[in-house]
Amino acid sequence: MLREIALWIDDRLHVSKWFTSTAGHPVPASSASWFYVFGSGTLLCFVIQVITGVCLSLVYVPSASEAYASLEYLNYKLTLGWLLRALHYWGSNFMVAIMTAHMAQVFLFGAFKYPRELTWISGVLLLFCTLGMAFTGQVLRFDQDAYWGLGIGAAATGRVPLIGVNLVHLMLGGPIIAGGTLSRFFTLHVFVIPGLLIAVVALHLRLVLTKGINEYPTPGRLVEKGVYEDEYRALLKKEGVPFFPNAIGKDLIFAGLVTLGIIFCAVFFGPKGPEGAPNPTLIDTQPRPDFYFLSAFAALALLPDYAETFLILTAPIVMIAILLALPFISGTGEKSVRRRPVAALSVIVILLALGTLAYLGVYSPWSPRMGAWSGDAIPEKFVKGRSPLELRGAVTLQNKQCRNCHSLGGEGGERGPALDDVATRLTGGQLVRQVIQGGGNMPAYGKNLSPAEVAALVAFMRTLHAPNEMPARDSAMPGRPGER
Amino acid sequence: MAVTENESNQTTHSERARRRFLLKLGAALNLLAATLIGIPVIGYLLSSFRRGARPGSWVQLGLVESFPENQTRLATFRNPYTRPWDGATADIPCWVRRVGGDQFQVFAINCTHLGCPVRWFQESHLFMCPCHGGVFYEDGSHAAGPPPRGLFEYKYKVENGQLWIEGGYLPTLSEPT
Repeated sequence: MLREIALWIDDRLHVSKWFTSTAGHPVPASSASWFYVFGSGTLLCFVIQVITGVCLSLVYVPSASEAYASLEYLNYKLTLGWLLRALHYWGSNFMVAIMTAHMAQVFLFGAFKYPRELTWISGVLLLFCTLGMAFTGQVLRFDQDAYWGLGIGAAATGRVPLIGVNLVHLMLGGPIIAGGTLSRFFTLHVFVIPGLLIAVVALHLRLVLTKGINEYPTPGRLVEKGVYEDEYRALLKKEGVPFFPNAIGKDLIFAGLVTLGIIFCAVFFGPKGPEGAPNPTLIDTQPRPDFYFLSAFAALALLPDYAETFLILTAPIVMIAILLALPFISGTGEKSVRRRPVAALSVIVILLALGTLAYLGVYSPWSPRMGAWSGDAIPEKFVKGRSPLELRGAVTLQNKQCRNCHSLGGEGGERGPALDDVATRLTGGQLVRQVIQGGGNMPAYGKNLSPAEVAALVAFMRTLHAPNEMPARDSAMPGRPGER
Repeated sequence: MAVTENESNQTTHSERARRRFLLKLGAALNLLAATLIGIPVIGYLLSSFRRGARPGSWVQLGLVESFPENQTRLATFRNPYTRPWDGATADIPCWVRRVGGDQFQVFAINCTHLGCPVRWFQESHLFMCPCHGGVFYEDGSHAAGPPPRGLFEYKYKVENGQLWIEGGYLPTLSEPT
């Protein structure tokens, strides 16, 4: 009876035919490798994001006045609401991380080459959709970081020539960050980009089926237009296995591990934020983006100012163009990374650069430490045995917020050089000039310091050197070491 | 199949022309309908590209007397264009420097580099930005760091002892004041 029902359903819906042409499609046995699990892992994360996202949207209120309260309600009132938020947050982190691994693997294994150009291009679109989800999602966590993150986005957009204003208004849904902005980002995060994602994922998978999964590359076996597809078909005939059940095992194990990883992180680290309320008048804030944008955030601090606007506007376009053109630039030839040193090197360099920038983004040495002047005292060894004038200078150093940018004894800002041994680097005259005129990225303090304060400050700084080191002296006045 | 082939063999020239006409008419009708729907939809989505009056409207910041001379104070104002669901985002901060008498400088809170909120330090007479290390002097001019210009200044006026500024938009490099 059951069998008859099943057969009836299959006859009407062609389930088994549909199954053999998708999950049952033949793949090269060599592709059942641990290196090939990241694509399905990314898709799994997306599914988790959809499910947890739908659940969140049952409670979340996309209104600038209510969003923050609804996030707090999720965190503290709703049973397991915090877990839901945490799963969605960690799901997004895992998704970006595994997607990056997938992309690197596809690149290193030459899977973007002929005839899979469109598979790569659709993957690049998925990358942008995912990053779009990450940015819009960060805005929906409507807190201070979200508010000022929007400010950063708007300020970068405002650098576009001619239509900058219009683009800013388009992005913000008005001339300023307000209720309309959040509605806009909600629409993007919940309707527009997920719709695009689902459509492009379908295309991506369709292409995997029509053009086949990349075989495990063998060094020396070159891709040639026109020949490759016949070779691939012959390979499938020779050692092809159905994806299900022969090749799916490792994907399933990885999927299980990823889900467990997300659950583990969600339970142990919890959801992110919301941090301070999205009230722009609370300006004691240190806006930082989520980790996927930290490297961009750091790059923006470190770009040379003369090229900044140019790079902000052109670098993304160039990067997109390179990614899209890649399968056409190097569409044939060697696939194995063992014979593609440039490819291997570029992945290493790109990942190292992104990692270093992200680390710098967290650490932000270029940012003044706003509370250092009132929080970080001058260590005792720098004031011990100093004259009254020098001590007066130490007080000036502290009160004039020098410490926000200059550290002493490892404490304080790192925008400027540490002052621990400044006396060995600058003579008295140079110190006076530097304090009064600034320069080398230091503001000029001439208007804000009285001559007496400058004298005291410089007297103090002249004492900042190790006991066994001589302070710098003016070579034009050899007779007066240590003097101006 | 045979029947339809027979039929198609028998279709006269005029009938084929009629079908082609119906196809074209159908396509044209849909094109017309799509245009009629599309124009307002696209206009709606791209309304920010329509030329209109510059956003911005005069808002009160408070009594002139509430700002001591030679001092820089944080002031907040209610965005002139609010929607009921704007919440706290409609409260906008700005830095007011009373140079003396009715002479003011009203700076936007947003750093000219990438829009983060600059903080005023009374002791060193500097504005510092927490994001990428931009620093500005008391008069808003650029002192250090990556910002490409000095702080954005709102237009201001003093009327009946009240300080007014023209606010209501996010100042950016393409729309400074």
